Amino acid sequence: MGREEFLFLLTGLKWTVALSAVAFVCGCVAGLMVALLRTSGVAIIERLTAGYIAVFQGTPLLMQLFVVYYGLALIGIQMDAWAAVSVGLTLHASAFLGEIWRGSIEAVPRGQTEAAKALSLGYVSRMKDVVLPQAIRISLPATVGFLVQLIKGTSLASIVGFTELTRAGNIISNQIFQPLTVFGIVGALYFLMCCPLTIYGAHLERKFLTASR
Amino acid sequence: MSQVRTSDNSIEPMISLSGVGKWYGAFQALDSINMSVAKGEKIVLCGPSGSGKSTLIRCINHLEAYQKGDIHVGGIRLGHGSKVIDAVRREVGMVFQQFNLFPHLTVLQNCMLAPMRTLGLNKPQAEGRARTLLERVKISEQAEKYPAQLSGGQQQRVAIARALCMRPKAMLFDEPTSALDPEMVKEVLDTMIALAEEGMTMICVTHEMGFARQVADRIVFMASGVIVEEAPPAEFFSNPKHERTRKFLGEVLGRH
Ligand SMILES: Nc1ncnc2c1ncn2[C@@H]1O[C@H](COP(=O)(O)OP(=O)(O)O)[C@@H](O)[C@H]1O
Ligand SMILES: [Mg+2]
Repeated sequence: MGREEFLFLLTGLKWTVALSAVAFVCGCVAGLMVALLRTSGVAIIERLTAGYIAVFQGTPLLMQLFVVYYGLALIGIQMDAWAAVSVGLTLHASAFLGEIWRGSIEAVPRGQTEAAKALSLGYVSRMKDVVLPQAIRISLPATVGFLVQLIKGTSLASIVGFTELTRAGNIISNQIFQPLTVFGIVGALYFLMCCPLTIYGAHLERKFLTASR
Repeated sequence: MSQVRTSDNSIEPMISLSGVGKWYGAFQALDSINMSVAKGEKIVLCGPSGSGKSTLIRCINHLEAYQKGDIHVGGIRLGHGSKVIDAVRREVGMVFQQFNLFPHLTVLQNCMLAPMRTLGLNKPQAEGRARTLLERVKISEQAEKYPAQLSGGQQQRVAIARALCMRPKAMLFDEPTSALDPEMVKEVLDTMIALAEEGMTMICVTHEMGFARQVADRIVFMASGVIVEEAPPAEFFSNPKHERTRKFLGEVLGRH
């Protein structure tokens, strides 16, 4: 495999990183909304949000991407592949992060909210100043774990025609007929992205365990 | 006993409950509670576990909603609107059995948060007030530490200072020494005694009968969600009227 082909793979890698970053950042914002709605204390809102989460947890990511890609086109919203997979992955991430953070918010002892209420802190301050800083700490290992899943999940965007790392590999492999070499390199690139994150997640988990003892 | 004189010159209690009823689902935790606390008055609330003591004081700052009767705090009727609830919570401080300090904030930050967020104090003002009150509970040298670095007794004194930073008109204590190692009980009780001597209106749920004898104007005894009897300490200890009170006193004072 020549320099040209390798550079093409790196372009794919760049899009994988961009897609992961967009889905993660937008997923964090939307996921925070989901987590707050899911713990709002309003029964109907909690049930609707639980349903939203259940849909994304109970269906394959690939199907979710198909539905966004073809579904949006069907109702007349024209989007290129990049926008469609970004939206799809963001929705996917919002549901999973929302559920992770719901658990973390509920893991913060009730006494914290009660003390904040007794001090007459309103909902925004209770969340922003008291509950979320503690919940985020609790959720960090699981959040990093999900980020790794999300990076690997972006490879499914190749199926709707978005040229990220996996599709770039496919294209090169079809050109030079060395699938093993090409996908070996593609795999190594994924590994280089995910492995440090996994190690970091495990480190956070250990740190959290020792801190909570 | 000193009392609040409102503009129309009627004497109004700091905290009053009339006919308060509270249910957890079908279970009635409070039944027709009547109680009136004048400004500067110290009430000790005691009774067996599960008798509704926590529920009662948690209704006063609306950590629990009540379904029947009326609660007035500082002249405000405690209804369900969030404006009213916030107003009452600004006037009433609470100290919990488990301290409930915010573990991610330093002692100083714990004390500064609510005055900045709800009273609109700026940072230097809030810090000045926090340091003064930490001084008063004799813990100012720990201001930069995190709660986990302090002993239980120190944490509870910080919790008292944190509540006082709101300059409350009344303080509620829910078994503030029950989670402490015995050697730390005294430092917290001493802090509460000092507060009482300064004239704070207080309702304390506690089984520390020595404290009750020394500080309380009245002792209120509860069982099964009702107030069984109330009396000044001398009378309460020497001449309890009800069989349940005698049995309870026998248990907490260790005579059988
Ligand atoms: N959140 C709750 N849900 C249901 N029952 C409760 C709840 N909190 C307290 N209770 C019940 O109400 C009664 C009074 O509780 P509490 O006020 O905590 O008693 P105390 O503080 O005197 O020990 C108890 O029987 C308790 O089991
Ligand atoms: Mg209790």
